[in-house]
Amino acid sequence: MNQTDLWTVVTIIGMALMTVVTRSFFFLSSKPWTLPGWAQRGLHYAPIAALAAVIVPEMVMTQGHFIATWKDARLFAVAAGTAWYYWRHGVLGTILAGMAVYLPLHMGLGW
Amino acid sequence: MKRLFNHPDLRAGVSDMAAVAPGIAAWGLMTGVAMVKSGMSLIEVLLMAILVFAGSSQLAALPLIVAGAPMWVILATAFCVNLRFMVFSAHLRPYVMHQSLWKRMANGYLMADLNYVLFTKRFPHPGTDPAVIEAQEAYWIGNCATGWVSWVGASLLGIALANSIPLSWGLGFAGILALLGIMCSLASTRLRAVSAGIAGAAAVATFALPLKLNILVAIAAAVAVCLLLEKPSPASPAAPAAGTGDAT
Repeated sequence: MNQTDLWTVVTIIGMALMTVVTRSFFFLSSKPWTLPGWAQRGLHYAPIAALAAVIVPEMVMTQGHFIATWKDARLFAVAAGTAWYYWRHGVLGTILAGMAVYLPLHMGLGW
Repeated sequence: MKRLFNHPDLRAGVSDMAAVAPGIAAWGLMTGVAMVKSGMSLIEVLLMAILVFAGSSQLAALPLIVAGAPMWVILATAFCVNLRFMVFSAHLRPYVMHQSLWKRMANGYLMADLNYVLFTKRFPHPGTDPAVIEAQEAYWIGNCATGWVSWVGASLLGIALANSIPLSWGLGFAGILALLGIMCSLASTRLRAVSAGIAGAAAVATFALPLKLNILVAIAAAVAVCLLLEKPSPASPAAPAAGTGDAT
């Protein structure tokens, strides 16, 4: 294994501070202020938007490009997971059903 | 404190997160493997797994660290990749401002995407009476602790097993499926479904942006479109289209 580098250790501690700073950014100041009403309403749409923004590119893109083939294990896994969710309403089942489709296609057929 | 640990909402927080923990764990596992494969030393990898607690920023930083990029570049990258959490902290501010600064920062540090999503799903509005505030704190602790243990525990396991689990298996996709299940559970109104559609499309369309800024653009686009499509609330006059104009 490689040598531990002090500079890298400091960088990693700095990254942990970045985690704290971004995640508690609007918790830091205790001056009283509230978001305007439109922003508060808008934020109710933020959680689902954040999830979609994180996962959709991971489902339909490879190396930064939209996939050009339907022979991609992820598409079938997403379809299976979504179908499970609307059939049984369980997140755990969504994961298991999706992976049950994904792994054979991905590892078996190389999709 | 003891009351908080016996609170029924703590158990609810634990069980809501436990349902998605296998997906989070698979993701953490593969992040552990990726960290070892990058060529960092064992101490560096362990420190990162335990302290940084931000999967996308860890993965973004790996190639930069290995290439010997300047520290400010790596920290700026970590900051930008985490920008969506600033939006989340703006949302959660009214829920935490009664706490001390240290506690607020600790609660922020533990906030992963799913904690924010599950928490705002269970508590759409900040608590006003002490009982609700206590329930919210208990839920947050249970939810975050479960998430932290599954993520960090799985990362450590991935570090230990790095040479027997190839990245090519794609086990990390279970994490995406976990988020997919939660997304389906949130899509309970038409506008929420619209929000997901816009955000997904925008994130793909702007994927070429550096530093995962496509995620931030996608959230902004989805929120803006949903505000425009919303029926004007009875309190406000119907005339001005909901945009930035009625900001005050």
